[in-house]
Amino acid sequence: MREGPRTLLDKVWQAHVVAPATEDTPAVLYIDLHLIHEVTSPQAFALLRERGLRVRCPGRTFATMDHAIPTRPGTWGGRAAAEGAAADQIRALEGNCRDFGIRLYPVGSDRQGIVHVIGPELGLTQPGLTVVCGDSHTSTHGAFGTLAFGIGTSEVGHVLATQCLLQHKPKSLAVEVDGRLAEGVTAKDLILGLIARIGTAGATGHAIEYRGPAVRALSMEERMTVCNMSIEAGARAGMVAPDETTFEYLRGRPFSPAGADWDAAVGRWRRLPTDEGAAFDRVERFDASSLEPMITYGTSPGMGVPIRGVVPDPAGNPGVDKALRYMGLRPGQPLLGQPIDVVFIGSCTNSRLSDLREAARVFAGRKVAPNVRALVVPGSQQVKKQAEAEGLDRVFREAGAEWRESGCSMCLAMNDDKLQPGQYAVSTSNRNFEGRQGTGGRTFLASPLTAAAAAVTGRIADARELLR
Amino acid sequence: MSEPIRVIKSRTVVLAVDNVDTDQIIPARFLVTTTSSGMGKALFADWRYGTEGRPKPDFALNRPEAAGARVLVTGRNFGCGSSREHAVWALRDHGFQAVVSASFADIFRNNALKNGLLPVTVEPAAHAALLAAPGAEVTIDLAERSLEIAGGTRATFPIDPFARYCLMNGVDELAFLLSRENAIAAHEGAAGPLPWRFQ
Repeated sequence: MREGPRTLLDKVWQAHVVAPATEDTPAVLYIDLHLIHEVTSPQAFALLRERGLRVRCPGRTFATMDHAIPTRPGTWGGRAAAEGAAADQIRALEGNCRDFGIRLYPVGSDRQGIVHVIGPELGLTQPGLTVVCGDSHTSTHGAFGTLAFGIGTSEVGHVLATQCLLQHKPKSLAVEVDGRLAEGVTAKDLILGLIARIGTAGATGHAIEYRGPAVRALSMEERMTVCNMSIEAGARAGMVAPDETTFEYLRGRPFSPAGADWDAAVGRWRRLPTDEGAAFDRVERFDASSLEPMITYGTSPGMGVPIRGVVPDPAGNPGVDKALRYMGLRPGQPLLGQPIDVVFIGSCTNSRLSDLREAARVFAGRKVAPNVRALVVPGSQQVKKQAEAEGLDRVFREAGAEWRESGCSMCLAMNDDKLQPGQYAVSTSNRNFEGRQGTGGRTFLASPLTAAAAAVTGRIADARELLR
Repeated sequence: MSEPIRVIKSRTVVLAVDNVDTDQIIPARFLVTTTSSGMGKALFADWRYGTEGRPKPDFALNRPEAAGARVLVTGRNFGCGSSREHAVWALRDHGFQAVVSASFADIFRNNALKNGLLPVTVEPAAHAALLAAPGAEVTIDLAERSLEIAGGTRATFPIDPFARYCLMNGVDELAFLLSRENAIAAHEGAAGPLPWRFQ
């Protein structure tokens, strides 16, 4: 094979090929880090038990509880207050981690949180690793220059048993983001803008590498927001090459290397970025400077418009027509001023400290509008603790918002945090699918700034006007 | 492991919607379980049932002619969104053996192939013909990688050769991965210690 300039994807991929692809079989790819949670792992452990297999590398799998656990304040008391089948899932995870020697951050642990929040937070997610989890938003970890992707439960079993997956190398898509985000325009707006442009199947079969000055200027938390929603563009993974911002974030984290190991690691990480002249299968260019805050109007994350825009005409597209009927919106109607019922600030997309700080800027000195329910759900217990140390929880509570325990919560309505049929929500999560946040619920996806602005005005609003 | 698949002959059920996400295939509230069985009743739950759980008569799966059909024809980008394998388990448990579309989301396709559910990607012309003919009798031949509409179009479809081998022989990938133990151990030896400072 000719040794030419290589992309970040090439480098991470090649370093993990246990056996190359042949005409008859895909490549065997080694997985460095495996994250599991209570909802998509029980059937994988059942498979192991059924076949009498052990977990090959218990030290490479880390577990937490996030999807189905309650987030109601004060319900934990050191134990999950989940009931019925959700409690069964929690007990199953506890039992599986105990029996197979896997480290678990359960409800009650000060390291519990949404799996894609705690991996980076603990320093588990490091540049150059391969990372998988039975959750499509595993793409989040690509912000560190990892190859990170979501898998199904069968593959969770494969990784537990062999630490490997059979994989075809994804194609590479460079998303070159020029310019710089304007004041009041966030990483969430950047990724919603990109998905609106290329569509929800626009990157199917590809790993995206986000590049360019606008991406380099993003913090790690912002990069995670962007990579998180790569899956909403259909991508297998999203990646950002590691740089000083990455190293600064990782320095001193609980699992980050230290001392001489740290120096050696940084030395390796510096060699990961795409070489000058390396070729991508496809390139998309995008200008961050002209971007406005984005909001979705439909039932697919690609149905997004600038917040001062109008609901588009379906123009014969049955998908858009169906979405508008579900959403109860008319073509040509402005999004600004649309009344809403619920605001959800949280999820693996936007529940980190910087997201909460942004939301708090809007809540400060204001009240949640009458008849609006606002939930703020920190991504992890560490985020919660830091936010409380800064007094952000007081800002939310004084405004009349609920300050809750950490978990996936209303992003996917697996616990009690649900929309009622017909309710409108502005949500910082990642999916506006029909019923995603509760049967019959209607979701507008937006940034924490926009969500907070909706909470205090009771309508879809441009947060920039409130912050002036 | 599942039953070997060679030929699937069935009438089709047509769900002419693009971008059907896995939250529609099975809403998250049905994921609160520790098993993979019995999920067919939750398949398309929010589209299939009205208030009080009564089937909506106009939904494709509820029409009398859909009973017993084992091939689902759908719009583009089927299975996008969440990685939940429960979506595939629900389709299989309902009785589907193949889903035919112009394109699939990556994770859904992977999950389907591991559970004896054949994702069949056809060209736009054949896709349009299938969407326009609900209840058509089709023959899907995995050995030939072909789909034939009775008395009409014949199309071929691509499929990963290893996945096809597994489906045709009713074996799964895990045995193959386990057989690569030596290569895996060699990789681990070369890669050195775990990348984390353990507490």
